[in-house]
Amino acid sequence: MILRLIFFCFMAFAASAAWAQQGPLRIEITEGVIEPLPFAVPDFVAETGDAGQLGRDIARVIAADLTGTGLFRELPASAFISQVTDFGAQVQYADWKAINAQALITGAVATQGDRITVKFRLFDVFSGAPLGDGVQFGGTREGWRRMAHKVADAVYSRITGEGGYFDSRVVFVSESGPKGDRRKRLAIMDYDGANVLYLTGSESIVLAPRFSPNGDRVLYTSYETGSPRVYVLDVGSVNRRVLESGVGTMSFAPRFAPDGSRIVFSVSEGANTDIYEMDISSGQMGRLTNTPAIETAPSYSPDGSQIVFESDRSGNQQLYVMPANGGEPRRISFGEGRYGTPVWSPRGDLIAFTKQSKGRFHIGVMRTDGSEERLLTASFLDESPSWAPNGRVIMFNRETQGAQGRSSLYSVDITGRNLRPVSTPEGGSDPSWGPLQN
Amino acid sequence: MNLLSKSLIVVAALSVSACTEGGLFGRGGANDDALAPGAGAGVSDPTTVAYFQETVGDRVLFEVDQAVLTTSGQATLDAQASWLSDNPAYTAVVEGHADEQGTRQYNIALGARRADAAKAYLVSRGVAENRLSTVSFGKERPLAICSDEACYAQNRRAVTVLAAGGLAG
Repeated sequence: MILRLIFFCFMAFAASAAWAQQGPLRIEITEGVIEPLPFAVPDFVAETGDAGQLGRDIARVIAADLTGTGLFRELPASAFISQVTDFGAQVQYADWKAINAQALITGAVATQGDRITVKFRLFDVFSGAPLGDGVQFGGTREGWRRMAHKVADAVYSRITGEGGYFDSRVVFVSESGPKGDRRKRLAIMDYDGANVLYLTGSESIVLAPRFSPNGDRVLYTSYETGSPRVYVLDVGSVNRRVLESGVGTMSFAPRFAPDGSRIVFSVSEGANTDIYEMDISSGQMGRLTNTPAIETAPSYSPDGSQIVFESDRSGNQQLYVMPANGGEPRRISFGEGRYGTPVWSPRGDLIAFTKQSKGRFHIGVMRTDGSEERLLTASFLDESPSWAPNGRVIMFNRETQGAQGRSSLYSVDITGRNLRPVSTPEGGSDPSWGPLQN
Repeated sequence: MNLLSKSLIVVAALSVSACTEGGLFGRGGANDDALAPGAGAGVSDPTTVAYFQETVGDRVLFEVDQAVLTTSGQATLDAQASWLSDNPAYTAVVEGHADEQGTRQYNIALGARRADAAKAYLVSRGVAENRLSTVSFGKERPLAICSDEACYAQNRRAVTVLAAGGLAG
């Protein structure tokens, strides 16, 4: 689906852009938010006869997106003094101020056949002024959730100054069956668990899907041939093909380079596992590590110049950074325990990882030089962190203990707050958070 | 003819018992519920897969995060090597496995080390290298289902899964 994004500026809003940077309606996430910002989002006004349900649904998705960040608190409609029945009408700031709404989101939806048009405005209630321009989106009726996510992304961005992440998708492994007979298949969904689609069957074990930088393809590992191999799957057509490395007996742990044309992955030959790169179209290979240790879980820096990976060359799993074309790595993890599954943040500033220490698993982040390590979670088994496109939130999987153990997806803010389960129809593991959609 | 189809023919010829998971005779392997042909009666017949699994022992176990063979593991592999030399029609896939206390990718690599350790030992005891191949399932196919050491110890394994006929790659 292609969304048309149209900016239309209300004349009265002309002075609002500069104001947005100095107004009081601002959440500085890095300072830590103790009190979520109260907002109101009345049902979007139906501008055509059959748009009423859509107007209600869109407002609900926007509210869920914003409250799901832990940074916002929704005021219930039962508290509203004003009703918004006309998108163009003057906002009664006093009525919203009276119920302590700091942000007000109003919007309207119109339908025309299979197409819908959604527009919205954001108001800073206490300043009595709009925050940013009104924006209008067009799309298909069945893509209505995406338009709600786009509104929420715009609101989130204007208030936090950070990029949004709601209009994005996650590819993951959907798991069913008991622990001793786990069935796994690839699935894709909206970031909030809606619109799940299955990309493969569960005849073979599939592991660790990874989105391409623009979300058009997925790399993953499958046991289709009896032994793990790296595959690339086209998300649109669901066609897949094996990427033959021509070396070793097993290939796994693939990830795209930021330009989407190369991949980096692990190859096992006998007892030894090393890291290789491959040009996808030519199949040309390059070997990046060459030690008797286990080297795996490589991840590029967003500028493509470096690779972070895990190696047990020191005696146990630790994190290392090397130039993207190979070369001498430097160790960056030095804390107690074992470190694995490093993933470079899309902002370039942090590396997320899984840490095992004293019988517990943690998701953590550190700076790219290994300093300022912070553990965000702790449980019997947390692993597989993946970054939201704005580098503020991490999705991962948590497996519960015991014979009835089950894996499910969670997200957590990089501050360590707002740990939340991500709802999936079955169990879930190995999430890969894709880019913001266009 | 590929390995699997040859195996299936052998299964059909040897046995009236059901084999639900194809032709690899892997009691402790990734396809655990595959019943060996002639299981039970076959345990006393030293040429059967069941004998290999039950009497010879089809698996060796490892310490936490280790791929070093234990003394008893070596003894088991000595017996496997001897059985394989007496039964030259069989090839084998050595499957490496890990317990759940590790990250997924690392455990695949760790399982490869375990499978290779067992394979290398079998080769050192005279089994032709082209009769053996390896694969790792990491922590994807646990055998014992609980979250304590009693189960973990059984899951940290290399299992020699027999296949009839055909040389492994």
